[in-house]
Amino acid sequence: MKVGKMVSFSIDGKKIKAEEGTMLLDIARQHGVEIPTFCTHEAVSRTGSCRLCVVEVRQGTRSKIVASCMYPVSEGIVVDTKTERVLNVRRLVLQLLMARCPESDILKEMANEMGIEPEPRFKPDTDKGNCILCRLCVRVCEETVGVSAIGSSYRGPGKSVGPPFMENSKACIACGACAYVCPTQHIVMESTDDSKRKIWGRTFKMQACDKCGRYFAPVDQLKFISNTAGVPLSELHTCPSCR
Amino acid sequence: MSAHTFKGEIIDRLLYEDPNTGEKIIYEHDIPFYKKQMRILSGMNGFVDPTSMEDYLAIGGYSALAKVLQEMKPDDVVQEIIKANLRGRGGGGYPAGRKWEETRKAQGEPKYVICNADEGDPGAFMDESLLEGNPYLVLEGMIIGAYAIGSSLGYMYVRNEYPLALNRVTIAIQQLREAGLLGKNILGSGFDFDIIINRGGGAFVCGESSALFASLEGRAGEPRVKYIHATDKGLWDKPTNLNNVETWANVPFIINRGADWYRSIGTENSKGTKIFSLVGKINNTGLVEVPMGITLREIVFEIGGGIPGGRKFKAVQTGGPSGGCLPAELLDTPIDFDELIKHGSIMGSGGMIVMDDQNCMVDVARYFTNFLEEESCGKCVPCREGIRRMNEILQDICDGKGTEEDIKLLETMSQGIRDGALCGLGNTAPNPLLSTLRYFRDEYIAHVRDKKCPAGICKALIHYSINDKCTGCGLCLKKCPSASISGEKKEMHVIDQTTCIKCGVCKDSCKFDAIIVE
Repeated sequence: MKVGKMVSFSIDGKKIKAEEGTMLLDIARQHGVEIPTFCTHEAVSRTGSCRLCVVEVRQGTRSKIVASCMYPVSEGIVVDTKTERVLNVRRLVLQLLMARCPESDILKEMANEMGIEPEPRFKPDTDKGNCILCRLCVRVCEETVGVSAIGSSYRGPGKSVGPPFMENSKACIACGACAYVCPTQHIVMESTDDSKRKIWGRTFKMQACDKCGRYFAPVDQLKFISNTAGVPLSELHTCPSCR
Repeated sequence: MSAHTFKGEIIDRLLYEDPNTGEKIIYEHDIPFYKKQMRILSGMNGFVDPTSMEDYLAIGGYSALAKVLQEMKPDDVVQEIIKANLRGRGGGGYPAGRKWEETRKAQGEPKYVICNADEGDPGAFMDESLLEGNPYLVLEGMIIGAYAIGSSLGYMYVRNEYPLALNRVTIAIQQLREAGLLGKNILGSGFDFDIIINRGGGAFVCGESSALFASLEGRAGEPRVKYIHATDKGLWDKPTNLNNVETWANVPFIINRGADWYRSIGTENSKGTKIFSLVGKINNTGLVEVPMGITLREIVFEIGGGIPGGRKFKAVQTGGPSGGCLPAELLDTPIDFDELIKHGSIMGSGGMIVMDDQNCMVDVARYFTNFLEEESCGKCVPCREGIRRMNEILQDICDGKGTEEDIKLLETMSQGIRDGALCGLGNTAPNPLLSTLRYFRDEYIAHVRDKKCPAGICKALIHYSINDKCTGCGLCLKKCPSASISGEKKEMHVIDQTTCIKCGVCKDSCKFDAIIVE
C-alpha cells in the first residue's frame, strides 16, 4: 500500500507523526488516548453523528471543536481531547442521551466512568427504548449485508429507525447484523423456539441442518447467500460444523 | 386622465402621501421607502417581463456573458470576482471569488456549479423575488460562474413551495437553450454548459450545502461533516461550487461595471448591496435593497417608516431563525457581515423582523427555537435532542414554571450545542436565545423570578382587568368570545378571571383604554 505524506502534530501535548489524512480518532487510540464514541464501528462508514468523540483542534490562532472520527490529521495541528469546551459537549451529549434512553445500562456505565450525572431538568422519555439513533444498524444493513431492510424515517426529535412504514420487511433476511452492532442493545433478536427467529416484528423460519438436524440459520438468509454468491441453495442446507 | 396625459398636469389627489409627514410626493425616487434604497439587483424586476428573454436582452442582458466569453479568460473572471470581494449572500459571507478559485483549482471532473434557491427562512423572499422577477439575471451569473470555474453542468435547487419561480426558471432555461446561451458551444465560444432544475422536498435544512448535495443525490437531506470542503468533494464527491441566488445575481453587474465600481459600494469588508425582507411591526413592509453599511436605524425608520401606531421600537431580528435580536442601543450599527456577528446576530440570507414593546423577547426566542426543533434533521445528538430540550425549558419559562437555574442551564447548553452540533443549523440554533439573553436578560428574570411577562404576551403570566376609565359601553362584553365580562350598562364592567382565555379581544376593542394587562 502506498504510504502518503507523514505529518507531525500533537495530541494532549504528546508529539505524534502519522500519515496525512488519517482520521484523528484512530491515531489517538493507537497512541493510547481514550476518546469515547457511539456511532463508529470498524465494519461500516462513519457519519460523525453522535458527537461524543469531539476534541479541540488548534491551528495557528484558531481553535475549533471537531468530531475526531472524521477529522483528517494535518501538519502542525495541536489537539486537546480534554478541554473544558470538549468536556462540556460530551457531558451535554450524554445527558441528552440519558434523558432519551433512561433505561440504557451502557449509557449509565459510560456516564459513571466520565463522572457525569443525569440532568434532572430533562424529563426522561418513555417512548424511545434504548435507541440513540447512531444508525450503525442502518449502515451495516446497507453497506455490509447489502439489503437495506431498515432505514430512518421522519426528522428531528421524531426521527426513528426501522423497516419502511414499520411494517414487516420483505427485504430483511434476519441475519441479525443490526442487533450485533447496536451499541445499546435496543435491537432485540429473539428465538421463540429453535425453529423460529423474531426481529423487527417479523418471525422468520430457521433452516435445520440436513445432517445434524440443528437449526442454524434463517431460511431467508441462506436464500440471499445462494442468490448473491451463486451457490446452490441445497449446498447451504448443511450447517458449518457438518460441512 | 386627459389632464395628466395630454396637459402634463400633476394630479394632486393621486400623489403618494407620506404617512408620517403628510407631505405629497411627486416622484417615486423621492418617496422615503425608495430614496435610501439602491436597487441594483431588484430594480429591473419592474421593467422585465420575466418570461421574455428579449426584455432582458433589451436592457443589456447577457452582455456580461458575451464580454466574458469574448474578452476574458476564466482566470480573469475569477480574479475580477475576488477583487470585487463579493461575499456569499446565503448567510455565511464566504468570499465567492475564493470559492470559485478553489473549485477551479480542485482535482476531479466533472465540476458542478449549484444555485441554492432553497430559501426557507420564515418571512424571507428575496431569492423568490429575484427568480420570479428576472430569472435571466441569476442564470447569466451562473453561466459566467461555470465558465470561470470550468464546469459543464449546473443545478438549480429551488424549493418546491415556489411554483411560480420554478415555472419562470423552467421557461427561461428553455429559451436560453433555444438561443444558444445554454448547451453546447455557447455563442460559438466552444464552452459547453447546461442547467438542470431540481425541486426541493420541503426541508429547511436542505438550504445547508451538504444537505442540499445529499438531497440532489437522491438521499435524505442530512448534512455531512465538512472537514473536506465541497470545493474539493461536494456533490457526488466532485468539486462543487454552490452559491446563493442573490450571489449569482451580483455577478453580471461586477463583470459589466467592474470590480472597482462594485468596491465603491459598501463597507471595508462587505461590498455591494443586500436585499432584506423587512417585516414585523413596521409601516412599510417588503423587500428593500440597500448598500452595505447602511444603519439599522435608516432601514427601520427611514425606509421602513417606523413603527405603526407610534409604538416604541424594541428590537430587530436579523438573519432568519438562527439569527439574533438586536436592541435599540444598536440601531446605529452599520449593516455588514462582521458587524452583525460581533453583536451576536448574523446577516443570514436577509430576513429582518422588527419588534415593538408588545413583543415578549422570551416568547420570540421560544418561537424561533421551536421552529429550529421542527426543522432539525435529527442526525446529530446536540441538535436533535438539545434544541428540543432548550425549547421545553423556554416553554416552561413562558408558562411561569421556569427558575433562575434554568437560565444558567440554557447558557451551558447553548455553548455545548454551538460547539457540538454537526452543521450550521445546530451551531447557530442557540443564537435567538443567546442574543435575547444578552440584551433582554431583565425580561427573562421577570419571567422566572417575578412570574411576570412585561410585554403582556405569555398567557400564563398575565391577567386582564378593567380600570375606572370604563364607561360601561358594553362593547367588550359583546366581543368577549368566552363570555367572561359582565356589568350593567354605563357601569364599570368586570372580567371573570376563571373563564378568561386572555385572547386580548377586549383590549383591542376598548375605546377608552380601560383594559389593562398585568
